[in-house]
Amino acid sequence: MLLNYLPVLLMSGFAAFMAGMILYVSSILSPHHPYREKLTAWECGMEPVGDADTGHFRVHFFIIAILFILFDVETLFLLPWAVVIADKSISLLAYIEMFIFIGVLAVGLVYAWAKGALDWI
Amino acid sequence: MERLFFLIFASVAVVSALCVVLFRNPVRSALALMLCLLQVACVFVLLRSPFLAVVQVFVYVGAVMVLFLFVVMILDIRQAELEAFFPPRNRWLMYAIIPVITFEFLLVILGTSFEGFGPGAGGETKVEVIGRALFTEYLLPFEVVSVLLLVAMVGAIVMAKKRWD
Amino acid sequence: MIFGLRDVMAVIPEAIVAGAACLLLLVDFLIAKKRKIIVAALSIAAVAAAAFFSLYLVGTDVMWKKVFAGMFVVDGFSTFFKFVLYLATVLSMMLSFHYVKEEDINTGEYYTLMLFSLSGMMIAASASDLLSIYVAVELMSIPVYVLVGFLQKDARSNEAAMKYVILGAFSSGVLLYGISFIYGITGTTELSAVAGALADPSMHTPALSIAIIMLVAGFGFKIAGVPFHMWAPDAYEGAPTPITGFMSAGPKAAACAAVLRVFTEGLQPAYSRWVVIVAIVAVLSLVYGNIVAIAQKNIKRMLAYSSIGHVGYALLGLVAGGTEGASSVMYYMAVYAFMNLGAFSIIIMMRKGEQKGEMIEDYTGLAKTRGGMALLMLIFMFSLAGLPPTAGFIGKFYIFMALIHKGMVGLAVIAVLMSAVGAYFYIRIVMLMYMKDPVNPVETASSRGLYYALAIAAAGTILLGVYPGYFIKLAQMAGGSL
Repeated sequence: MLLNYLPVLLMSGFAAFMAGMILYVSSILSPHHPYREKLTAWECGMEPVGDADTGHFRVHFFIIAILFILFDVETLFLLPWAVVIADKSISLLAYIEMFIFIGVLAVGLVYAWAKGALDWI
Repeated sequence: MERLFFLIFASVAVVSALCVVLFRNPVRSALALMLCLLQVACVFVLLRSPFLAVVQVFVYVGAVMVLFLFVVMILDIRQAELEAFFPPRNRWLMYAIIPVITFEFLLVILGTSFEGFGPGAGGETKVEVIGRALFTEYLLPFEVVSVLLLVAMVGAIVMAKKRWD
Repeated sequence: MIFGLRDVMAVIPEAIVAGAACLLLLVDFLIAKKRKIIVAALSIAAVAAAAFFSLYLVGTDVMWKKVFAGMFVVDGFSTFFKFVLYLATVLSMMLSFHYVKEEDINTGEYYTLMLFSLSGMMIAASASDLLSIYVAVELMSIPVYVLVGFLQKDARSNEAAMKYVILGAFSSGVLLYGISFIYGITGTTELSAVAGALADPSMHTPALSIAIIMLVAGFGFKIAGVPFHMWAPDAYEGAPTPITGFMSAGPKAAACAAVLRVFTEGLQPAYSRWVVIVAIVAVLSLVYGNIVAIAQKNIKRMLAYSSIGHVGYALLGLVAGGTEGASSVMYYMAVYAFMNLGAFSIIIMMRKGEQKGEMIEDYTGLAKTRGGMALLMLIFMFSLAGLPPTAGFIGKFYIFMALIHKGMVGLAVIAVLMSAVGAYFYIRIVMLMYMKDPVNPVETASSRGLYYALAIAAAGTILLGVYPGYFIKLAQMAGGSL
């Protein structure tokens, strides 16, 4: 059974290897002549004023992250449902129950939508 | 063969866990923690629990670490502030407690017999067992969790949106 | 079908409350900002419908049987607590009508979050499995975290919410760890099965002690017992006052119900292990709550410490055990809801315009400026102190009787002593109101919701004090089911 997961491991290993190699090789082959003006942060051609971290933080990032987590966990519950929905003895029951679950979270989606949490302003 | 894979995952997990503590840049620490948690997910697969591995990646790496990175990037924790909060002269307590706790852990782990704690037998895959139980025995907590997620959503939006303009 | 009509009927009250909350979330968008009281009225209607169904379920064959594969049970115990919770919610909502307009937090989500919290509390009172209890306690706590921080402009509110959330999340983790230990030891999370597994003395490993300590810690946080009380004074002070009332009556009663069920039904075979720990928490709460309250200048903080003290009394009822102990805790929670919400309604009446009405010295000379208010405050303060003929006296008396019948006279003596100490800060307020002259002019709010809530709270406090027989019999019938 574990053998089924070997391709997953190989693929993720290869992806990590590719990413690592790209970064490493480019860091070796690229020229590296830093001086003070090149290293300062870009602020539309002016001298940089203040720090980046004390600037205005958009709370909207946080709302998006929370919405992502919540719908992510909902998707997580869909995974075992998808596996057992084929079993005739509980399929109708599981179907109704999952739709109640999704329905409650759909209320949440409509609420977030109407509140403007999904607008990027 | 399984043992080889376990050694690889476990050693990468330990090394990345050390990196979490030793890196100076907090963003690099958070990324090292992500790597460590991914290795734990791989160990779950070795324990014949693919669903738990998926949950680990979704929830821990995907949600918890993302929020960690948010906080790390928003709050630029400078060395000076850290020193003010936890000055070097107070660190002796930490250096004293950590070996004690490590010793306790080792005592408990080496002293417990782990017979019968291996990965589960074959047959129905774990995901099917979990799925079946979720919709028959554990139906009530399942539906309550949906309301819980809704409440979390409403709560986050209510708290984060300014209401007085 | 694995689930039948009985399962569905058993959860109808919870489904009504949660469903109404979901519906009101959406309906809220259609209601103009000035008319948000419609949302409040609809939520009270939903709670009334749920109460009607809870009453309807009594006497049907849904009662006394575990449904949803042992996760949920409708019995006398849960029905009694549900009515206390309905009362606490409706009173808090009525108290909010004026307050939310005053503080400019008049949104629909305020009421829907209270409804969600109520649904969580109802499930916590009815849950017969550790997993259901955990999920229900989370569902009841999360809306309260948000409601505590609802006053966005007030720094105290934000700080209170932050402290409550962080400590709440941490204690939930500890509670879940304890539950997982119990599962590891006994192989099940259903309370009656846990008791059955623990009946075998060879199961009583040291791991069980660790599990019990973690359960006490996790639950102890939820009911704000010492030494898990750190969040309570700040949360009570910073939260909007109706929410403080709600927090002190609702989630506390639901957490007490969960504690009663877990410890008397699930961990009964391990009685000797947990009784000492719970008794220590109870005595510490009594002593700490009553003594520290004396030094407080803010009345909400003082009521927070008094609430910590009252939890001590309730836990003593748990220590006494048996039917009498359980029913004494139930009666005490009912009495506590009435008298605490009454006291908070007076505090809300003092919140008008610029006047905050939160410092104790604001109540000086109230008897001369607002005689009726002062009289009602006197009733509530006497009840909190435990003086006859109010309900607080009967509640405390019943708990002391339960302790003495079990032979725990020492604990009863400590409780009586601390009750006397506690009477000081309650009577101090009465003395300030009646014996001193008013210093500043006082404005009070007038709202029909406030008046009704005051009337109900005062009526309950006096009625349960002079004619407790019927309610004590109810509590005994309900407690006997445990």
